[in-house]
Amino acid sequence: MTLLLPAGDYRTTYRADTTIFPTRGSRLGVIVFIAVLAAAPAVLDKHLLSLLIQIGYLSIAALGLNILVGFTGQISIGHAAFFGFGAFASAYFANAGIPVVLSIPLAGFATTAVGMVFGLPAARLKGLYLAIATLAAQFIIEDFLNRADWFTGGVAGTIAPPFSLLGMTFDTDERYAYVVLVAVILAFVLAANLLRTRDGRALVAVRDHYLSAEMMGINLTKYRTLSFGISAFYAGIGGALYAHYLQFVSVEGFTLLFSIQFLGMIIIGGLGSLLGTLLGTAFMVLLPEVMQAFTDALAGTPIDSALGLRDSLAYLREITIGLAIILFLVFEPDGLAHRWRQIKAYWKLFPFSH
Amino acid sequence: MPDALLIQLIVNGIVIGALYGVVGMAFVLIYKASRVVNFAQGEFLLVGAWVCWWLVAKWQLPFVLGFPMTLAFMVAFGLLLQVVLLRPLIGEPIISVIMVTIGLSIVIDAAMKWMFGVTAQPFPQVFAVPSIAFLGLRIQTVYVMSLGVCLVIMAGFAWFFKFSRYGLAMRATAFDQQVAQSLGISVRSVFAASWAISAVVSAVAGVVVGIVNGVSSALSSFGIKVFPAVILGGLDSVFGAVLGGVAIGLLENLMHYVDSRWLHWGNLYHVAPFYVLVGILMLRPYGFFGTRDIERV
Repeated sequence: MTLLLPAGDYRTTYRADTTIFPTRGSRLGVIVFIAVLAAAPAVLDKHLLSLLIQIGYLSIAALGLNILVGFTGQISIGHAAFFGFGAFASAYFANAGIPVVLSIPLAGFATTAVGMVFGLPAARLKGLYLAIATLAAQFIIEDFLNRADWFTGGVAGTIAPPFSLLGMTFDTDERYAYVVLVAVILAFVLAANLLRTRDGRALVAVRDHYLSAEMMGINLTKYRTLSFGISAFYAGIGGALYAHYLQFVSVEGFTLLFSIQFLGMIIIGGLGSLLGTLLGTAFMVLLPEVMQAFTDALAGTPIDSALGLRDSLAYLREITIGLAIILFLVFEPDGLAHRWRQIKAYWKLFPFSH
Repeated sequence: MPDALLIQLIVNGIVIGALYGVVGMAFVLIYKASRVVNFAQGEFLLVGAWVCWWLVAKWQLPFVLGFPMTLAFMVAFGLLLQVVLLRPLIGEPIISVIMVTIGLSIVIDAAMKWMFGVTAQPFPQVFAVPSIAFLGLRIQTVYVMSLGVCLVIMAGFAWFFKFSRYGLAMRATAFDQQVAQSLGISVRSVFAASWAISAVVSAVAGVVVGIVNGVSSALSSFGIKVFPAVILGGLDSVFGAVLGGVAIGLLENLMHYVDSRWLHWGNLYHVAPFYVLVGILMLRPYGFFGTRDIERV
């Protein structure tokens, strides 16, 4: 990744080199972005706001997956199962009388524990074998959630109490958006700082060349399992936020397809990019909306009646998700984050192209 | 005291397991030749079964005509996929390749549901005699047929790899791509052929299952079940895939028995292969017949 610095602007210390905001503009940009998000609940209508909240909690879970796949080079096809586990765990703790503020992080830790168990194969396996192991994790956890009535309420599902803090209940979209916003900021700040520490660099080293990393004294077993734990933690937090947003969790949603959607988010956004995680999640959440608008626009036309678009919207969505993943991998393997960097570079170098 | 249900389930297990084995072989073929893990293997069954159903049930073609046409279609299908999707990805990291085949499986799955609906469609009667008596058991003719088909495919694979020129080229490519290329083997065409053969073989399995259970999207579950089977046998062993498939088929049906008899969990048979899968990955990731190229770290 090339950072474009103005001529004559050199970094002279490690501190300056690992800073999160390389220029004043980048810091200002983030502040403005957060300010706009904070104003969103007052401006947006209910539907758009709910999409924004979805992007929020899904991006937290996707961030975990990106740390696992994009930074550590492992692969997991079972992320949705962890997400679901986090949702149920938080609802379970909250129903047991623990305040929701505490039950969300608790759910994160519980999911971490589960993630570590399935991360044990990860300590020994890589690439394809790991992918298959996590595929097994997906089915085993899904089956567990289906069966453990005491935990998930079985077919009936379980109710998650609303988030409340200091006597204020965050049960409307307008209020809950702030809860998610704070959680997203915390999650991204944590991730950005993790990557600047020794542990974070060790994760990247494991991805880039695990043998060299081991030679340099990095404990592969530790870091592989650790990255699995971190990814499960984020998935658990995301799931918990989801549970308290809907205030109801049922077992059907956490399927293999959902796991694949998570992978799609980080691939479309850009592997190993924090900004990419956000962009990819937004893309994945908005894609069905665009499809909906598209079919609405075609309603009543001959194309609509020939293809039966209205009845097959669900399939159409699945197809576009699959196609998006394939097309991005073939044509834009570095994802949206890469495109964004190119736009920035173009802007900076204008009117010269190099 | 031989239990009729138990025997029935064992027979079912062997038949289903043989089908897993066939799909497993198709999977291993692609993996061996090009190191591509095809998560869309189950969807190949689906496409083959639907195309055959469409020709036979909708167009009223006789089965002996519709079936070869299906196979011809699958050759084209496999070749097309390899050339359009997988060839640009040669040399890309494994996650890209895995994700492309996963994306492919979603697209095919949804497209098939879109075109043919979600309800299972029965094949028209293919055999005159619905079931035959064997040692006091009534066994459906299709079961006997499918076991026969499996054995023929397996024998075909064995012959292909041992004696045919192309099979030899494929083994050489699997062993070392560069050396094979320098000896005049077209690695490109080997890759393409492995996809075509794999698609055809999967489609045969798909048609067989379709005749037994009707054609529906449930067929693609074979693509998921193939993982426990091939991991058990060893990812790069054709023989292992067959044994692994039979083992998983038997395991599933025996678990069904245990479940219905004692546990009453309901879906134990569905998950049991994955517990086995995790166990094997922990203890013996290269399976029972696979090459030991896993680095233990």
